[in-house]
Amino acid sequence: MAKAWVFDNDISTDDIISGRYLVKRDPKELAKHVLEAMDPDFHSKVSPGDVIVAGKNFGCGSSREHAPIALKAVGVSAIVAESFARIFYRNAINQGLAVLTSKKARDGFKTGDDIKLDVTKGEVINVRTKKAYKAEPLPEFVMNILNAGGILNYLKQRKRR
Amino acid sequence: MQMTIAEKILARAAGHKSVSPGEIVEADIDVAMVNDITGPITVEALEEIGIKKVWDPSKVVIILDHQAPPTLIEAAQEHALLRKFAAKNKVQNLFDVNEGVCHEVLPEQGFALPGELIVGADSHTCTYGAFGCFATGIGSTDMAAVFATGKLWFRVPESISVKINGSLKRRVAPKDVILRVIGDIGADGATYRAAEFFGTGIGKISIGGRMTMCNMGVEMGAKAAIVPADNLTKQYLARRAKWSYKEVYSDKGATYVDECEYDLPSLEPQVAVPHNVDNVRHVREVAGIKVDQAFLGSCTNGRMEDLVEAANILKGKKVARRVRMLVAPASREVYMEALAGGVLQKLVDAGAMISAPSCAACMGGHVGILAPGEVCISSSNRNFKGRMGSPEAKVYLASPATVAASALKGEITDPRDV
Repeated sequence: MAKAWVFDNDISTDDIISGRYLVKRDPKELAKHVLEAMDPDFHSKVSPGDVIVAGKNFGCGSSREHAPIALKAVGVSAIVAESFARIFYRNAINQGLAVLTSKKARDGFKTGDDIKLDVTKGEVINVRTKKAYKAEPLPEFVMNILNAGGILNYLKQRKRR
Repeated sequence: MQMTIAEKILARAAGHKSVSPGEIVEADIDVAMVNDITGPITVEALEEIGIKKVWDPSKVVIILDHQAPPTLIEAAQEHALLRKFAAKNKVQNLFDVNEGVCHEVLPEQGFALPGELIVGADSHTCTYGAFGCFATGIGSTDMAAVFATGKLWFRVPESISVKINGSLKRRVAPKDVILRVIGDIGADGATYRAAEFFGTGIGKISIGGRMTMCNMGVEMGAKAAIVPADNLTKQYLARRAKWSYKEVYSDKGATYVDECEYDLPSLEPQVAVPHNVDNVRHVREVAGIKVDQAFLGSCTNGRMEDLVEAANILKGKKVARRVRMLVAPASREVYMEALAGGVLQKLVDAGAMISAPSCAACMGGHVGILAPGEVCISSSNRNFKGRMGSPEAKVYLASPATVAASALKGEITDPRDV
């Protein structure tokens, strides 16, 4: 089952991937250093499908798209946050990384809790406490981009049709 | 319908008579900029979807500034990739590693003009709002869409008004104003909003100072930060403007969802303490903290007036013994002016190092990296954990005067005290 990784407010794109790795564009390389400033072992502890649960202003700072690329490459399937910084939010969707806004979820989770998401319905469930938290559901066109695995794949699929 | 500057520019660019906050519009882009960090991802995205040429090469600007000159093979490869892309797409406006930081070079070259809609794959693109345009940072993939079509979708932001009254006292700077504003509004207080600066005070702030203030708009989440064009703007643009422009002003009765007001004469030097930009104090509250590095430069404060202010404080004196002072002029133009005017001489005499015009220490991937436990006083824009190297280092953000005074004393120092 997917695990929750809980983070504070104002996790910046520098926290997610430091400036010194930006010239290494390979997603696998970036994944080795994701959230390193917060937890140097994060990349080895996280499992595919896990979810980040954070406070407000997640992804603030730089426009570096390396941030959602690195999170996706390490296996993070979605980010639930009280709020997102504007550029990161759009970059994440373009990269096919689900971003869910939930005002209350952050305080209801501890790192390691089993987590379930219903992205279309807008629900975040803590399996341990059996509590459900409301999230803003994602509109259909965003879901289409996410299901395609990002906007480039989405455009390629549409071209083929 | 009465509109703010942001609304008017988006309405014009979208071909609408008027727009309202919350509305999604598709707008024509006037200038689109990428740098050496974000550009390669854009180029790759274009290749992936089979786009063979950019929509309008004259509106595309490519600036190699973050890793300039390159210190790594990977960075040199990214530069080579962008040069090849520019040549293939007939993009004339490629500014190579010798030219300087994107947000200084683009205005110097006359691309940032009143009334324009500018996007840049760099969060500090909001700097150009100092010229009365709507400029905002976007990601690399969104930029690929712009390069392909010349268009991008926007949510029309609500606007907030920041009124600035009076004049700054000696050794208090526009940087101190914007740090105070960010401290009050908070790191996400202006998210999805456009901040417009008004009041008698803003007219007295230099173009460089306005750029400093708009530059840091993103540090409170703002989508754009805008200063209405005036005579100073026109003077700056007189010998630079790439093409003709039309100023845009807000209507009387336009809606601002929030308003705040600042009196400059009572403002004191400010500092953002680790590890958030909205963690703002008076410099005197943290005076005495020992510094290992002092960095003067970046798209926030690497302009001529910034170097002059520092040189005035340091001339004929020496930087404290264990402090490394690094100065990176924001552009070749700034570098040459500082060279000709003897400003660099004064700084080097005092013990400072001068680096090539680039982002330098600000992005933590080039020169001026910090070791664990070290402290840097910096004129740049971000003090996030690990921003300048080790996550165990600390970065304090302040004005050029505070950086120079702190370098001189070896500890954080109010510039009025030297």
